[in-house]
Amino acid sequence: MMGAPAAALEGGFADPVLDAQSVFRTIMDAMARPGSVLAMKPLVVPPAPLGSAAGAVACTLIDADTPFWLDPMLSAHGTLGAWLGFHTGASAASVPGSSHFALIGDPMAMLPLDQFAQGSQDYPDQSTTLILQLQSLSEGAPLTFEGPGIKGRSTIAPKGLAADFARQWRDNAKRFPRGVDLILTGTDAIACLPRTARLIQAEN
Amino acid sequence: MYVAVKGGEAAIDNAHRLLADRRRGDRDVPALTLDQIAEQLALGVDRVMSEGSLYDRRLAALAIKQARGDLIEAIFLLRAYRTTLPRFGYSEPVDTGAMLVERRISACYKDLPGGQLLGPTFDYTHRLLDEVLDGDPAVDVGLQRTDAQEPATHIADILGAEGLIEEDAPAAASEPGDINQTPMEFPLSRATRLQALSRGDEGFLLALGYSTQRGYARSHPFAGEIRIGEVDVELFVPELGFAVPVGRVQLTECQMVNQFKGSAKVPPQFTRGYGLVFGQSERKAMAVALCDRALRAEELGEEVVAPPQDQEFVISHCDNVQATGFVEHLKLPHYVDFQAELGLVRNMRAEHEAMSGSEAREAAE
Amino acid sequence: MNAQQRTSTYNFAYLDEQTKRMIRRAILKAIAIPGYQVPFASREMPMPYGWGTGGVQVTAAILGPNDVLKVIDQGADDTTNAVSIRKFFERVAGIATTTKTSHATIIQTRHRIPEVPLTAGQVLVYQVPNPEPLRFLEPRETETRKMHALEEYGLMHVKLYEDIARNGHIATTYAYPVKIEGRYVMDPSPTPKFDNPKMHMSDALQLFGAGREKRIYALPPHTQVVSLDFEDHPFEVQRFDKPCALCGAEQVYLDEVILDDRGNRMFVCSDTDHCESRRAKGYRGELGGAQ
Repeated sequence: MMGAPAAALEGGFADPVLDAQSVFRTIMDAMARPGSVLAMKPLVVPPAPLGSAAGAVACTLIDADTPFWLDPMLSAHGTLGAWLGFHTGASAASVPGSSHFALIGDPMAMLPLDQFAQGSQDYPDQSTTLILQLQSLSEGAPLTFEGPGIKGRSTIAPKGLAADFARQWRDNAKRFPRGVDLILTGTDAIACLPRTARLIQAEN
Repeated sequence: MYVAVKGGEAAIDNAHRLLADRRRGDRDVPALTLDQIAEQLALGVDRVMSEGSLYDRRLAALAIKQARGDLIEAIFLLRAYRTTLPRFGYSEPVDTGAMLVERRISACYKDLPGGQLLGPTFDYTHRLLDEVLDGDPAVDVGLQRTDAQEPATHIADILGAEGLIEEDAPAAASEPGDINQTPMEFPLSRATRLQALSRGDEGFLLALGYSTQRGYARSHPFAGEIRIGEVDVELFVPELGFAVPVGRVQLTECQMVNQFKGSAKVPPQFTRGYGLVFGQSERKAMAVALCDRALRAEELGEEVVAPPQDQEFVISHCDNVQATGFVEHLKLPHYVDFQAELGLVRNMRAEHEAMSGSEAREAAE
Repeated sequence: MNAQQRTSTYNFAYLDEQTKRMIRRAILKAIAIPGYQVPFASREMPMPYGWGTGGVQVTAAILGPNDVLKVIDQGADDTTNAVSIRKFFERVAGIATTTKTSHATIIQTRHRIPEVPLTAGQVLVYQVPNPEPLRFLEPRETETRKMHALEEYGLMHVKLYEDIARNGHIATTYAYPVKIEGRYVMDPSPTPKFDNPKMHMSDALQLFGAGREKRIYALPPHTQVVSLDFEDHPFEVQRFDKPCALCGAEQVYLDEVILDDRGNRMFVCSDTDHCESRRAKGYRGELGGAQ
């Protein structure tokens, strides 16, 4: 890539094959067990303000076939877009509704979930997967879920979600099988909320 | 005491060893070289490249040798290898109008710009076995034209000048689909269908094309033009800002010209069926063109009445690697399911006997 | 367990990274929409379509160097195609393999689910020939897709009910359709219906790969899997009259083995690891020999 700053070229996976595999298995396990918080080793060093967990998820899943969208907080850092472009080969989507993946640096101010691709009734898989960067996955208000992948109930406490997240998430569930899936990232851990995770209790 | 059959691993190893032995055949007969296959069985190599979807004569020759001449097996080998190749990018569309033509014929006009060029064809040969080929007789060098080639105008452009044939669809603003990278979603675009047909099984498409001539989705075809030759493949390099040639491939292109009654919106005009395949594969290109035209039934407002017009039927079944795999998978053990069916049939027979037994008793009473 | 030397001419686990990413994305969507068939751009593999290419691609996309792989076909580790697939992964990924169900982290299977309940952390990968449960009622993908979208499964119930009308019971013995979390009707792959209850609320993640038909679907752990039935004709699994002739196991699926041409036969565990483990613990069936 010509003209890209050095910061855009550094900080990718040291072992692209096996690092991507181990990150994927963590994501897969997290998606299969909604609400479980799984540790993630710092395998990439993206330019600030993207954290290593969100960066590793992006490098594992995104490529030339999957346009990504950055929220205003992340897109304000030009190097970040270049870094993602260099390490994944992906290009930015023009609107959130046409993105396969959306990286959200500031979930408190994020666009409503229904602004992203929801998939269709025929192809509910053609929806955006959101990668949210949160301050913490355990220090916020607890959210309790039920649904496939969850034995009984599971509770996580993400810090930094939008104030009306509970309402938005319940609306997302109503759209099933359409809807978005979330990958929540903390500093060194991730948790997933597929559209099937039913929010049954939220404390404020 | 009963001991379950073991040794699947040794059996497989031994079977493959025997296969290697049979492939080589009599060791006193010299082994085939890849050059011999590529040079002297060139049309087989072309078919393997075309349906294997990989343009590499040497690898196709290797596949044929390894497959003992079983072309579908060779196609399979090439496809499996193709899976492992990284994808560098998409070429620019090739310009078949600028083809270095070795053969070009039209059944629509006696003569046309660029002329009728028979080229290396089996047409008009008498199919008499030539015993001389049992040896290695001297063969005369083919004659080469010395004068410059007159541009061979596409037949569609000739008819198009009069408005007698449908125009080329405007180039899509977006990239055409790619059947390798995207799972098929019916209905498919014409571009995507043509990709699938181009690597579809020659025999299957030939039979379907033939059926359109016999009245199943009849489309009154004329071989507007068939051309075989080499074209440049160019790749656009963003850093340079222009396309650069990366190689040359031999292609066979067929343009069928078909009748069309016209509709409320469109006056009567000729329509087209199109076929483009790797190498010299004229039968295949013609079959593709017939199938392409038949598959456009819906687009042209024709009634869909026959299998060749049904894209789910044609496209889902034209791939011989898929077809051979699934037909042959019946050889795999199915004894778990067979056991389930055995149990069911035994139960049903017992019920049947009990039933007819009680009916007989009732009749006797 | 054997760790193997990997062939280095190909990428780890054969597939290139772009292909793996594409499959991985499909797997995540499949987990997020349990029972829904996610289309994916299936690749040609070095084994034929219909011989496990879907399962092989799923396994290749999730497999890592620390995994221990078990491959079974008809419940057995030593059936020829199971041997062939196991050898393939030993060669292209250099991973450890096992025949012990409890030692495996990934189990690729054709036509059976192991008898011993699977545990959290294990992944069961099914090879699927026809992922569409409605296919034999409606051959067109465009139609069946609509039926799933509208949750219109009447045709399937009609088919099962016709069975009952004709035979007095449902005559489907394998690939018996299931409904997932009250939404999608799913094909469990051609496992005998005996295995259907094992899919329900399993602790393991279950992934389904159909290579030729280019579909991936999934069941997360602890997911509701209900075999379709009717109130007056509840779902039933097969029963065998005798225990396994080798290990004496009951309530397991048995293979019928023909012993001679005079009609003598025996029934033995289809799950070879289960049978061997039991015999190692001293269990014996009537033809199992002395302890």
